[in-house]
Amino acid sequence: MITIGIPRAFLYYDYGHCCRAFFEELGARVIVSGESNLEILDKGAELCVDEACLALKLFYGHTADIKNKVDYLFIPRLTSISKGEYICPKIGGLPDLVRHTIPGVPKLISPEINLRKSYRQLIPAVLEAGRYFTRDDRKIMTAYRKAANMWRENTKYSLFIPPAEGPSLNIAVIGHSYNVHDRIISMNTLEKLKSSGASVYTCEMLPEELINNECGSLSKKIFWHYGRKTVGSCLYLSKQIEIDGIIFLMTYGCGVDSFMADYAERKIRRQSSVPFMLINLDEHTGEAGLNTRLEAFTDMVGMRKSEYA
Amino acid sequence: MKLTFPHMGNAYITIKALLDELGLDYVIPPFNNKRSMSLGSKYAPEQVCLPLKKNLGNYIEAFEMGADTVVLTGGCGPCRFGFYAELEKEILHDNGFPMEVYAFEKPEQGIWEVIERIKAVTGGFNVPKLVKAVKAAADISVMVDELERLTYKTRPREASPGETDKIYRDFRYGIFEATGGKEIKEHIKEAEERLRQIPLKEGRQPLRVGIIGEIYGTNDSQTTMDIDIRLGQMGIEVYRYVTLSSWVVDHMLKKALRMAYDMGAIEAARPYLSGTVGGHAQENAGNAIRFAKDGYDGVIQLYPLNCMPEIVVQSLLPAIERDYGMPILTLIIDEMTGEAGYITRLEAFAELMYQRRELQK
Repeated sequence: MITIGIPRAFLYYDYGHCCRAFFEELGARVIVSGESNLEILDKGAELCVDEACLALKLFYGHTADIKNKVDYLFIPRLTSISKGEYICPKIGGLPDLVRHTIPGVPKLISPEINLRKSYRQLIPAVLEAGRYFTRDDRKIMTAYRKAANMWRENTKYSLFIPPAEGPSLNIAVIGHSYNVHDRIISMNTLEKLKSSGASVYTCEMLPEELINNECGSLSKKIFWHYGRKTVGSCLYLSKQIEIDGIIFLMTYGCGVDSFMADYAERKIRRQSSVPFMLINLDEHTGEAGLNTRLEAFTDMVGMRKSEYA
Repeated sequence: MKLTFPHMGNAYITIKALLDELGLDYVIPPFNNKRSMSLGSKYAPEQVCLPLKKNLGNYIEAFEMGADTVVLTGGCGPCRFGFYAELEKEILHDNGFPMEVYAFEKPEQGIWEVIERIKAVTGGFNVPKLVKAVKAAADISVMVDELERLTYKTRPREASPGETDKIYRDFRYGIFEATGGKEIKEHIKEAEERLRQIPLKEGRQPLRVGIIGEIYGTNDSQTTMDIDIRLGQMGIEVYRYVTLSSWVVDHMLKKALRMAYDMGAIEAARPYLSGTVGGHAQENAGNAIRFAKDGYDGVIQLYPLNCMPEIVVQSLLPAIERDYGMPILTLIIDEMTGEAGYITRLEAFAELMYQRRELQK
């Protein structure tokens, strides 16, 4: 049985489950690297150039973590995952980076995924990945459809924000899914907020139409996938009266967010008075400092709310 | 309406020619300087890339000189440059500089958008005049780059040091006296003539260094802290593929007109970087390999801190260095970069290349 490794980083958080289902359907054994921990981050930071963003360092760590346990690593060459948009240069270069900088990596399965012009471009990529396991294209397509349906089921969201009662708060945590949902990068921000009694909303909970609607009114189309998602979510949520505060999580060295966080903040400040906080994370961030900032923010938001109530 | 534009090395010569030909009113901001840099970093978000901060400084200084409209080029990703115009406009407006910013880029919403913008800036849409102006500007960008490459050759070989620099400096400031494509072309030819008459040392075989990196960071002399001049003064010949003309002519015009353009670097980069990641990443990785194959003594990669495509290239360079046995130095620049540390690293690299050449004899 062929074993495939998927690093738990970057687009794993959006597409990992359906990729796993796809390969398992084709009879492969899939190993996903473990939950992020400091050891993985340290290993990644050692292998990676210093200037890279935190998420890339973590990706290196995850890849190094499973490289000896698998026959193949699944690292697609991702140029674009949505029409008219790019992801980010660093994610685009992942297979080349891994191949040339991590010593002793196994063979890569890296089909080119570029959906900038048309979603049909996905099919050749799917077939290329599937042909490592079977020659039967029909079998591959069946597996693909199953995985795609699973993805659609998992990403069906209808946003409903109940007004937070009394001392509890509704806080939106905006950021790239692989930052917000990673324990090490986000330092458990979501859990921390939840344990302080807040309800947390993230970009993934917003239906695409709402995001696109907001971004459609901007004077320049945002050409980064995650940039559109974060800015669109910020703009939409800042108009919702039920949202008590917005926290934007970005990592140090993220080029997309260096623009988008500032852009979103400027736009929000003009249209709404909702409290907004930008948190910049890197591998040196002390957890105590983050805790203090989160507590201060929730305190401030809570006081503001009781004043207006 | 008074136009202005950001500086990028010698780009002001080309843009001046274009605006002169179109008969528009404009201000050339002062060359990049300490004040413009500190103005830029004051208003820009901390982590944006260096060229945006420098641009902002240029705009604000031009605003003080009466400019009210900025023109620049743009793009649609994935490099951050495509979003410059939008963010710069926001920052200028938020800080009390009510300037209009127009980006000329591959149209997202069709060709009409570009025509509308041209109309807004030039006050009309006179096709023959536009074609003539663009043609003159494109010619001039090529001539300026050729002139600059000539200085790369003469500087390490000149018999009395400093002659090239003097002519080149006269040329850069002399441009302000010239108006229109014709005069500017004459001015360039004159400088070229003077450079060709510089007495050279016989039989000198200077070290050769290739410069790769982000286009702004390698073309703007203030950003690079005159790396080409400094290396030239150390007796090292430099070469750089990515220049303004390569970008304007190959990247923009030829692509827009669907003409064939130089794919050599992209082909060379393929084993290391098989697809586009934005910016000049593929070209730079490929050019490093081209330099190695041409027997250069070393390559220097320059980029402004946090440049996304160049981080990918930087990660790949050790593999190229190992496979081709050529030393590569990466220098990263931001607004804090100190000159002394920078020069020390250049000198150490030059020393390494000299010793390497001695050993290879």
